[in-house]
Amino acid sequence: MEASITVTVNGQEHALPTMASVAALLTRLGLDGRKVAVERNLAIVPRSIWASTPLADGDALEIVAFIGGG
Amino acid sequence: MDDAWEVAGRRFGSRLVVGTGRYRDLPETAAAIEASGAEMVTVAVRRVNLSDTSAPMLQDFVSPDRYTYLPNTAGCHTAQEAVRTLRLAREAGGWNLVKLEVLGPPPFLYPDMAATFEAAAALIGDGFEVMVYCADDPVAAKRLEEMGCVAIMPLGAPIGSGMGVVNPYMIRAIKAQAKVPVLVDAGIGTASEAAFAMELGCDAVLLNSAIAHAGDPVRMARAMKAAVVAGREAFLAGRMPRDYRADASSPMGGMIRP
Repeated sequence: MEASITVTVNGQEHALPTMASVAALLTRLGLDGRKVAVERNLAIVPRSIWASTPLADGDALEIVAFIGGG
Repeated sequence: MDDAWEVAGRRFGSRLVVGTGRYRDLPETAAAIEASGAEMVTVAVRRVNLSDTSAPMLQDFVSPDRYTYLPNTAGCHTAQEAVRTLRLAREAGGWNLVKLEVLGPPPFLYPDMAATFEAAAALIGDGFEVMVYCADDPVAAKRLEEMGCVAIMPLGAPIGSGMGVVNPYMIRAIKAQAKVPVLVDAGIGTASEAAFAMELGCDAVLLNSAIAHAGDPVRMARAMKAAVVAGREAFLAGRMPRDYRADASSPMGGMIRP
């Protein structure tokens, strides 16, 4: 069986292959990277380093976008 | 006539800033904002819906290339939450012009000024340009300006209440002492109230529910556009003095006599 890690994304657990990057996670989730921002363990992950930022077991991620608001 | 206003070095022809929330759907949001003539729109930051990542997004209907997005901190009740939210907004869009609002509990969602001061200091220190929602308190408003906030935005009445500008004397006092733009934010319910806020001398008006919750939002958006222009023109024209006594409009000379 492929080795895997578990990360929490927006409060939900996801199993990913080890060494998966932030960019790979977004692709796997089907998200348009131009419209979202990513926070990993309370720190912003700039778009420019998504591809080179590996995820670790137990990471907590928030992926946000703009919605209507006042 | 060029009667533009400026905030943090950005110039806007429209003095109406609108929210993008509480509409039936995104096409209605887009149509109402278009009709309002607004150039700046407030937006909220929320978790993406991972169960339906192909759902249309706000940017597809309200283009950030056309409108200046003003990310807000709606729903934040602490300074830490507000700062964290706007850091994410800056990363998502690259904007540093933001709307700070730190609210107290229901049923009034009144600005929590202690937390607002704390968040404003942290955001300004982090390079944000902060347009700040605040109490209609001239002392607090002055302090926010001295801290470096780029616009002061006192409430007309509680958010979504539609009660209008309930404390016009303090709004006028806040405007009179301010060197940065003053916007009435929250409370406006209909066009006459938006015009009234502008007649007080405010630089612009920020509203959302008054359009989104109108029977015909697109029509109300047009009404608000006209009201803000009318109020601004009336302010610049200078209203006549009030007097409880009459002052005849027709001359008394030349009357026919029996």
